Amino acid sequence: MGKTTAEKIFDAHLVNEPFPGTKVLRLDAVLCHEITTPIAIDDLIRRDKDRVFDPTKIKAVIDHVTPSKDTKTATQAKILRDWARRHDIKDFFDVGANGVCHALFPERGFIRPGYTVIMGDSHTCTHGAFGAFAAGIGTTDLEVGILKGVCAFRQPKTIKFNVNGTLPKGVYAKDVILHIIGKIGVNGATDRVMEFHGSTINDMTMESRMTLCNMAIEAGGTSGICQPDMTTVDYLWPFIQGDFASKEAALADYSQWRADADAEYDQTIEIDVATLQPTITFGYKPDQVKTISEIAGTPIDQIYIGSCTNGRLEDLRIAAQILKGHKLAPNVRGILSPATPKIQQEAMREGLIDIFMEAGFCVTNPTCGACLGMSNGVLADGEVCASTTNRNFMGRMGKGGMVHLMSPATAAASAIEGKIADPRKYL
Amino acid sequence: MKTFGGPVLFLDRGDINTDEIIPAKYLTEITKEDLKPYILEDLKLPGFDPKGERTINARVIVSRANFGCGSSREHAPWVFEVNGITAVIAESFARIFRQNMFNCGMAAIELPKADLDLIFSHAGDSDASMSIDIEAGTLIMNGGGKQKSFSFEISPFDKALVLAGGWVDYADKNY
Repeated sequence: MGKTTAEKIFDAHLVNEPFPGTKVLRLDAVLCHEITTPIAIDDLIRRDKDRVFDPTKIKAVIDHVTPSKDTKTATQAKILRDWARRHDIKDFFDVGANGVCHALFPERGFIRPGYTVIMGDSHTCTHGAFGAFAAGIGTTDLEVGILKGVCAFRQPKTIKFNVNGTLPKGVYAKDVILHIIGKIGVNGATDRVMEFHGSTINDMTMESRMTLCNMAIEAGGTSGICQPDMTTVDYLWPFIQGDFASKEAALADYSQWRADADAEYDQTIEIDVATLQPTITFGYKPDQVKTISEIAGTPIDQIYIGSCTNGRLEDLRIAAQILKGHKLAPNVRGILSPATPKIQQEAMREGLIDIFMEAGFCVTNPTCGACLGMSNGVLADGEVCASTTNRNFMGRMGKGGMVHLMSPATAAASAIEGKIADPRKYL
Repeated sequence: MKTFGGPVLFLDRGDINTDEIIPAKYLTEITKEDLKPYILEDLKLPGFDPKGERTINARVIVSRANFGCGSSREHAPWVFEVNGITAVIAESFARIFRQNMFNCGMAAIELPKADLDLIFSHAGDSDASMSIDIEAGTLIMNGGGKQKSFSFEISPFDKALVLAGGWVDYADKNY
């Protein structure tokens, strides 16, 4: 019997099975940010266990509220900063070098096929785009990960998604994943890995695959996983060229993590993207989705482009292509948060930032920003945001506020019209 | 080991998420105790008051499917813990929330919908309370002069975490 990608990774990282059904895995990367890590650090100090299992396998960033907005957030940043220095964690990204964790860490080449990755952040599933098993966990699991380099999991079953067809004009990875979540529901993949296959995924860039895997958690999935291929190798090549004689050699090595043809799946779901339309959420759960034709014209107050879902260069390019030569409608305000300094700098070089600013957008530094209403871009009671983020829970972007999740293209079109709008007429 | 059981808070809706349990703006607090006033602040349910007596007195929460979905924030179990709530009973849980509960030595117990329907029939009883025996895997629902017993299963690992008082000490001893 063949194995899924997650099964192969579990077998290669198994430390032991302390109880039937529970597997303790060795970790290749423990990722940290300033919201969920400081309490773990404090607790380790309190227990007289202020140690790290391997400083080279721990990566840390200040991203949720940065630069700090008040004494509390400055304290969180300081706890993380002091800890990184104390334990010689070289891959620590402070103000100026920092950006949204799930964009920054892949950009630095930290995630490789076959890796086990944890972080005290639910959107850690993003990193499965590289053919890794990457799972969000809580602060206690993070604490043990930092201390011991292990984490316990129930062996997840896997749902195979065969995604085939050419994406129609104006339809992107974000629309595909919103469509999938709408189809299977917010707990359709609970305790499951979502393994993505098919021609649509093969044709996707790493950025698009990250958008796809980023929202696996919104269906309850433990990790999204894409199959490592030459696109993966090309993305990682600057970081791995010393390790392999050629790209073909890297691909041959990484292919060991591809699922076997006779792997056994909990469920197989076929998705034909040829008929997809731009897809947008309408309620307070990510599985409440409508097509653009059903929801166009819905009033909005704010447009937010950014986050670990859609704050990458590819996203900025698509939005700028639509916004070029246009202005924000007078009834709305727009905020752009490029996900990392590298993305921001490249967007400036390409003239994308000019396009956003000429349209009337406010451009912030790289940060998680408005997505979870912790720092800037918070909505007032009754306000509505067209957002490229991943969660539309009630109050998420501010008490009494409402969020419609959508692609950067739909967000850009909505910015021009001041209401939810179809991007296809601008392409 | 923590104690489990006491007055019940009924939250009759599926998909109650971590943002409703503890909004992100409070994640800047460094101590668990500071989270206490903000329990379930953004949850809107008919008849539910996050500051009400029922919330304050609760030791057990009973809810529906996919409880605790959304963020990985362990602040969600913590805000329950500092308010004296150490067990949540639901039809199903989001993975991270469920593990966070056990990692803190608390209990996330799954029951079939039919059992939950019977338990929810006590939602109107002002004296609704529950006693929970983790080792035996049984819970007794009391209210309105009636009593009913239910059995449940938690995994051997999760049971070990509850008995050990959490994952950190267990892991440090064993790995």
